Amino acid sequence: MTRPFFAAALLASTIIITACNPAAETPAATETGASIIAISEPWSRETAVGQNAGGAFMTIANTGTAADRITGGSTPVAGRVEIHTMSMDGGVMRMRQLEDGLDVPAGGEVTLKPGSFHIMLMDLKQPLKAGETVPLTLTFEGAGPVVTELAVKPAGAMAPGMEHGEGEHGGHD
Amino acid sequence: MTDPFPEHEDEPSLTDRSEGLKTLRLILWLLVALVIGVGLVAMFAPDRATSPEGENVYSASVGGPFALTAPDGSRVTDATLKGKPFAIFFGFTRCPDVCPTTLSRMAQLRKQMGADGDKFRIVFVSVDPGYDSPEDIGRYVALFGTPILGLTGTDAEVDRAVKAYRAFYQKVPTQGGDYTIDHTASVYLMDASGKLQSIIAYDETGPNALAKLKRLVG
Repeated sequence: MTRPFFAAALLASTIIITACNPAAETPAATETGASIIAISEPWSRETAVGQNAGGAFMTIANTGTAADRITGGSTPVAGRVEIHTMSMDGGVMRMRQLEDGLDVPAGGEVTLKPGSFHIMLMDLKQPLKAGETVPLTLTFEGAGPVVTELAVKPAGAMAPGMEHGEGEHGGHD
Repeated sequence: MTDPFPEHEDEPSLTDRSEGLKTLRLILWLLVALVIGVGLVAMFAPDRATSPEGENVYSASVGGPFALTAPDGSRVTDATLKGKPFAIFFGFTRCPDVCPTTLSRMAQLRKQMGADGDKFRIVFVSVDPGYDSPEDIGRYVALFGTPILGLTGTDAEVDRAVKAYRAFYQKVPTQGGDYTIDHTASVYLMDASGKLQSIIAYDETGPNALAKLKRLVG
């Protein structure tokens, strides 16, 4: 075995060990492949003709051992996919784009829901119709692209299982 | 707590000076009390505007003249709406969250009121006239399964209406040259004469909101 080859093998094995050992004291972002992403109950709300944006909601779980981050996404029905957060400030609703993405901690989950984090489908190319499903690909820094399908609910729905927005909802939960 | 204005009682020869200090000490404490009092008033006064009883200290100043356009092109002013109570909310159709939530909630509350649900109007004003045409707003409010009057106007007309209701909106730039809009998320409940009766806050409980609406039409 020549020395350069040995050095390369050593380097490669170090990289593999690092990748397989997310507990190592290295930044999560470098531990590619160590996060495992699962998206559950992805849904959206019906939109009207001329209403060129829609919100998408879901629960994103990371059963892996490294933190991950949603950095963006794409869908055939919209020109852009953005990640937003929302807050109430003295009776005023403030929506902000999370330009650095949204963290999904290792072994944890993030719920995107009305009144909180959500995905914005901007520049809709067609209205979202209740009862349809819409494909959405979310891009994760570690896990790469993850494909899901949004179930389109009526405009007044507050949760994925609700068909008519019934029940108590005051934006505080 | 230590006394920040101590007397010098260990100097009995300076009686006059001690009396002067005593007065000064009293004045300073009164000032402290005044500052605390003003602070407390400032902290609690705004709550009265949205108390569950619907008391409103600003009722005289919320509401007023406006002129906007309905989806069918007709003009709607504060005078048009007189004679029937109304619930008015400011938003925009690209609002993914608060606007559909609030409009859906108003539709549900109306349903819960039964026959009384027809005794008030629901009015939605788009603060995004550059994007939302009156026709767009008509199609948007139709999603909620109950009659909602959707309005907008020129920027100046919208500004005037927002100002009349002491509401707030502000465009906020996003990536790619687009924008979103921060806006008041409260629903103003106006009586048949166009005066503010109460406000349904975004986080108001269902029973509170229903009680306020019943009082509006009662």
